Amino acid sequence: MTTTTETSTTTNFEAQKGKPLLEIKGLNIGFKTQNGYVEAVRGVDLSLGQGETLAIVGESGSGKSTTATSIIDLLPGTGKVTSGEIWFDGKNLVTLPKAELSDIRGREIGYVPQDPMSNLDPVLSIGWQVEETIRANRVATGRKEVRAHAIQVLKDAGLSDADKRLKQYPHQFSGGMRQRVLIGIGLSSRPKLLIADEPTSALDVTVQRRILDHLETLTRDYGTSVLFITHDLGLAAERAEKLVVMYKGRVVESGPSQEILANPQHPYTQRLVAAAPSLASRRIQSQISPSVTHGVTVSDVGSDDALRIEQAHEREAAASKAKDFIKVENLTKVYNIRQGGFKSLELKAVDDVSFEIPRGTTMALVGESGSGKSTVAKLVLQLESITSGTVAVDGQSIGALKGRELFDFRRRVQPVFQDPYGSLDPMYSVGNTIAEPLTTHNIGDRASRQARVRELLEQVSLPVSTINRYPNELSGGQRQRIAVARALALKPDVIVLDEAVSALDVLVQGQILNLLTDLQSELGLTYLFITHDLAVVRLVADNVCVMQKGKVVERATTDEVFSNPEQAYTRDLLEAIPGANFQFGA
Amino acid sequence: MVWYASRRLLQLIPVFFGATLLIYFMVFALPGDPVAALYGDKQPSPEVIAQVRAQFNLDKPFIVQYLIWIGHLFQGNLGTTFSGIPVIDQLKQAFPITFRLSMLALLFEAVAGILVGLVSGLRRGKIFDNSALVVSLLLISVPTFVIGFLLQYFFGVKWGLFSTTVSAAAPWHELVLPAIVLATVSFAYIVRLTRSSVAETMNADFVRTATAKGLPRRRVIYVHILRNSLVPVVTYLGVDIGSLMVGAIVTEGIFNIQGVGGTVYKAIQLGQGPTVVAFVAIMVIIFMLANLLVDLLYALLDPRIRYAK
Repeated sequence: MTTTTETSTTTNFEAQKGKPLLEIKGLNIGFKTQNGYVEAVRGVDLSLGQGETLAIVGESGSGKSTTATSIIDLLPGTGKVTSGEIWFDGKNLVTLPKAELSDIRGREIGYVPQDPMSNLDPVLSIGWQVEETIRANRVATGRKEVRAHAIQVLKDAGLSDADKRLKQYPHQFSGGMRQRVLIGIGLSSRPKLLIADEPTSALDVTVQRRILDHLETLTRDYGTSVLFITHDLGLAAERAEKLVVMYKGRVVESGPSQEILANPQHPYTQRLVAAAPSLASRRIQSQISPSVTHGVTVSDVGSDDALRIEQAHEREAAASKAKDFIKVENLTKVYNIRQGGFKSLELKAVDDVSFEIPRGTTMALVGESGSGKSTVAKLVLQLESITSGTVAVDGQSIGALKGRELFDFRRRVQPVFQDPYGSLDPMYSVGNTIAEPLTTHNIGDRASRQARVRELLEQVSLPVSTINRYPNELSGGQRQRIAVARALALKPDVIVLDEAVSALDVLVQGQILNLLTDLQSELGLTYLFITHDLAVVRLVADNVCVMQKGKVVERATTDEVFSNPEQAYTRDLLEAIPGANFQFGA
Repeated sequence: MVWYASRRLLQLIPVFFGATLLIYFMVFALPGDPVAALYGDKQPSPEVIAQVRAQFNLDKPFIVQYLIWIGHLFQGNLGTTFSGIPVIDQLKQAFPITFRLSMLALLFEAVAGILVGLVSGLRRGKIFDNSALVVSLLLISVPTFVIGFLLQYFFGVKWGLFSTTVSAAAPWHELVLPAIVLATVSFAYIVRLTRSSVAETMNADFVRTATAKGLPRRRVIYVHILRNSLVPVVTYLGVDIGSLMVGAIVTEGIFNIQGVGGTVYKAIQLGQGPTVVAFVAIMVIIFMLANLLVDLLYALLDPRIRYAK
């Protein structure tokens, strides 16, 4: 791991290092609304020296991205710098004329955006997009030179066959490769400063690590200062020398990374450090006894050992009763991909997968995107037909279910999906959303359904007043609680959680994981937990299946996988977790 | 791409037969006797009527009539009207005029519509945008013939900028005013379509990235925003080719243009089967070819849309 940026290399840039390149003083940013400006960033100060790397950490809505985009005047919508100064290389960017700022963009300040999927123009070839950048910043002129430079840029960014791929389009590239292209574009004119706004959040951990390693090498070689925006504390600690923690538009703490992590001062930072999942964490235990149905508290990761042992025993006892509550045998799913004409290609998305989940426990399915883990989830939910093999829930094989039987089966197995924004109907009030499964399955009358909705809201720790609100009025965490409540409405035995916490900030993620654990012990639920994030697995799972290219490559209890991973692939995944080997304080 | 295009061309065959059969049937089922209509008030003797009926195969069953028509078609004979004018001559007379008219209208609505829509989309909520929205709403809601008469009055009669009617040969320059009238409604739709498409694309991540990498604003707009906004607009234009040709009937009436609309209208009134079928069949083919063109244009505009080889 490359946790030691400051000691790893000495270059000739070392001499200049530390001289401030970017200084932000008293920055206020407001968004215009009907009632005047709403401040999103309040009095932010920060300073970044030449050749340094600084990370701004915070949850979504903390103002970290707003701060970063204001530097190059790309604030979204009605956003405006209301006061303060941004000094870059001797110029105040806030008062600089637009034409001069346009010259600085790309040429002296590079930008690597968050989502590689949406940040390349889909209708233009990769080569075109790199070349237009080079031309616009006058790095090279003349057709041949520009082309040669573009190839060099892409090669430096880690696309070894760049010359052959210039004519290809973004959709023919994987996410990781697209991010390499974007990094290439961002660094193409060797800028003095690179703003990297969550450059790898959309990527798998292993890809993330390769790309960040590469970015680190490049910026070190070029002597580029890097302003890193991330919500991931582990990542920030690993990649940046200095940290700035933002919370609700303000800087609450700043200083050297190691110091802040080892000894966080501000309560928010302390919570952030405590909630950061790492390999040292242990499974969350329910904080409530099964008889209590409300008053769930946000607990820390570690908890009382005695309680943990007791609950583990309880789970084991329950598990031994039904060792193969869910039994998946030789499960295979083949997709036919049309190739044009009458040809088609067979794609084995799931290849001979077998596992069992004991009743009341959590099985985690882990793997990179494309490993087939989500397809397994769809098969268990019977949203896709099984090609061969069997899935049995409580002794009942579900592959052949049709009509009424399938309808009844759906009551027992419910899903919660990744995107809390996409999985709730925006035109449905919260009450209707939660009551819909009850209406569909014709359970109870109007009054009893309303009562059940209230009960469910209480179970997921939301105020009953939420019942009349709409999804767009709620935060991501609240929406995910509603998705959980909807899944619970029919009192299912099994919940399939497909990346259910991946889109959430670390603190909210912790809350939802606590909620899920509490509900499990309270209601005896069985979870199939699909995720790419091993750190989360550590917190919730009893057993783990590691999937790669449609196959299960490793299957063991969570402790075994983490303490003694057998497969090289599993070790790769474990090592790629940002901050995996980092000692967190608090 | 070639395979895709030829497959689509092959699809034309069944559509052609289906469409002509259907139209033939509808003309056949029309009330009124075409022969009686031919002679007006002075009805000939029953023998003459029988002779005329035999000459035009009107005494045979419907399906036989259709098959005879198809047979003649493959010999390059589209038949004649009851008054003895070959249908092919009618086609040669009417189609070029309507084609010129529609193409001018298409050009106008595409160029002006996209331009106004683009500016509107870029300056959402400003004066230009608001006026464009109001004007386009007006154009959509006011019937074509009202706009036609208004433009005819001001541009033709009062200011004398264009001639008010079109001569029989209908040269390009005389068709400019009719084309603008014909294009008004579609123009308004294209303004609105482009506007919303541009407004959406403007907020796309890749547009922000394009700015961040140092491109001048003009380049961001013309290269990145405009091209990505055009796909829905092109769809609309493709479908519109067909409706322009059909919709020309009102405009042709206002400006006294001897185009497709008028000819087909008269033919339907007189029960001139061969004329109606031939004209409509050609319109069906033009419509399908236009749609094929649009689908191929998609692939050029958006590389993600790939057709099988």
